[in-house]
Amino acid sequence: MASHPIARSPVDRLPADWRDFLALTKPRVMTLVVFTALCGLLAARVPIHPVIAFTAILCVALGAGAAGALNQWYEADLDAAMRRTARRPLPAGRMDRQAALHFGVGLAAFSVLLMGLAVNVLAAAILAVSILFYVMIYTVWLKRRTPQNIVIGGAAGAFPPLIGWAAATGRVEALPVLLFALIFLWTPPHFWALSLFVRSDYANAGVPMMPVVAGTRATRIQVFLYSLPMAAAAVAPWALGLTGVLYGVTAVALTAAFLALAAQVSLSRETDPALMRPERRLFGYSVFYLFAMFAVLVVDRMVIA
Amino acid sequence: MTAPLPDGPITDAEIRKRQRSRALAMALVLGGLVILFYAISIAKMA
Repeated sequence: MASHPIARSPVDRLPADWRDFLALTKPRVMTLVVFTALCGLLAARVPIHPVIAFTAILCVALGAGAAGALNQWYEADLDAAMRRTARRPLPAGRMDRQAALHFGVGLAAFSVLLMGLAVNVLAAAILAVSILFYVMIYTVWLKRRTPQNIVIGGAAGAFPPLIGWAAATGRVEALPVLLFALIFLWTPPHFWALSLFVRSDYANAGVPMMPVVAGTRATRIQVFLYSLPMAAAAVAPWALGLTGVLYGVTAVALTAAFLALAAQVSLSRETDPALMRPERRLFGYSVFYLFAMFAVLVVDRMVIA
Repeated sequence: MTAPLPDGPITDAEIRKRQRSRALAMALVLGGLVILFYAISIAKMA
């Protein structure tokens, strides 16, 4: 068959590739979401059929992907203005906005429905709340309006261990609530460390992140101040007797290192983003920190306790 | 991760290739769902 050239225009172009739909789900963010949900499920120490457990984690991944897709659908204009996100499928012009909306809504509905039918209604309800919270509260309402966007919006990313636990037990108990609190309080120092060295990106896009609105000095102090309640949430499971000594000792050591890095950030006066080493160190460590804390929790709960 | 956007006019061949790859991805997803729903049914009956 002969190949006939077709005029390229914004509405008459190649259909989006499947890899663009995958990119729409923010797979890298999904990794941490899936991991913390799996840890919540395993930490519950309740017998659960492997197929049901797999389905629960799959639903969390699909729900997170749906939230990411809807976030990118709504923020296509912001993404286009930021170097870090300008190559995403929508700002790069590889995908139609309506396709992204349909994909996100369809994936969200499917993930909640499957969770409700195959796992349990409580887990499905929390999954639905987490998707709605991320899209409606964080993306639509808070992100463009207040520097507290990350503080309140952080709740959306804190739901996965709660969903994992609820999927296994059908209940919500003290330990998963503490895990929720840990991620909720970890989010501000984690994101503010990042936003300090990509401040110009947020400023150019008009996003009122803390360093843009309150300045780098105030943000650095907030990073340290938020690390203190996070530290309390991190050791609380051990202090309340919900975990063993392995978790307790590891949590104290890892959290002390987190606080030390946050203190370095609070003392820094650097204004050149390229030279903001304490901020980059804290951002990198904060990702490792959360992975390590949840991994140790599971080992402690499953093997030791 | 993302597919490159070819420069110049779009050809039928480009569109067919993209449609084939999307259809294949959709077939794999649907096949996976068939297996998953079967496994869930068995797990629920067990």
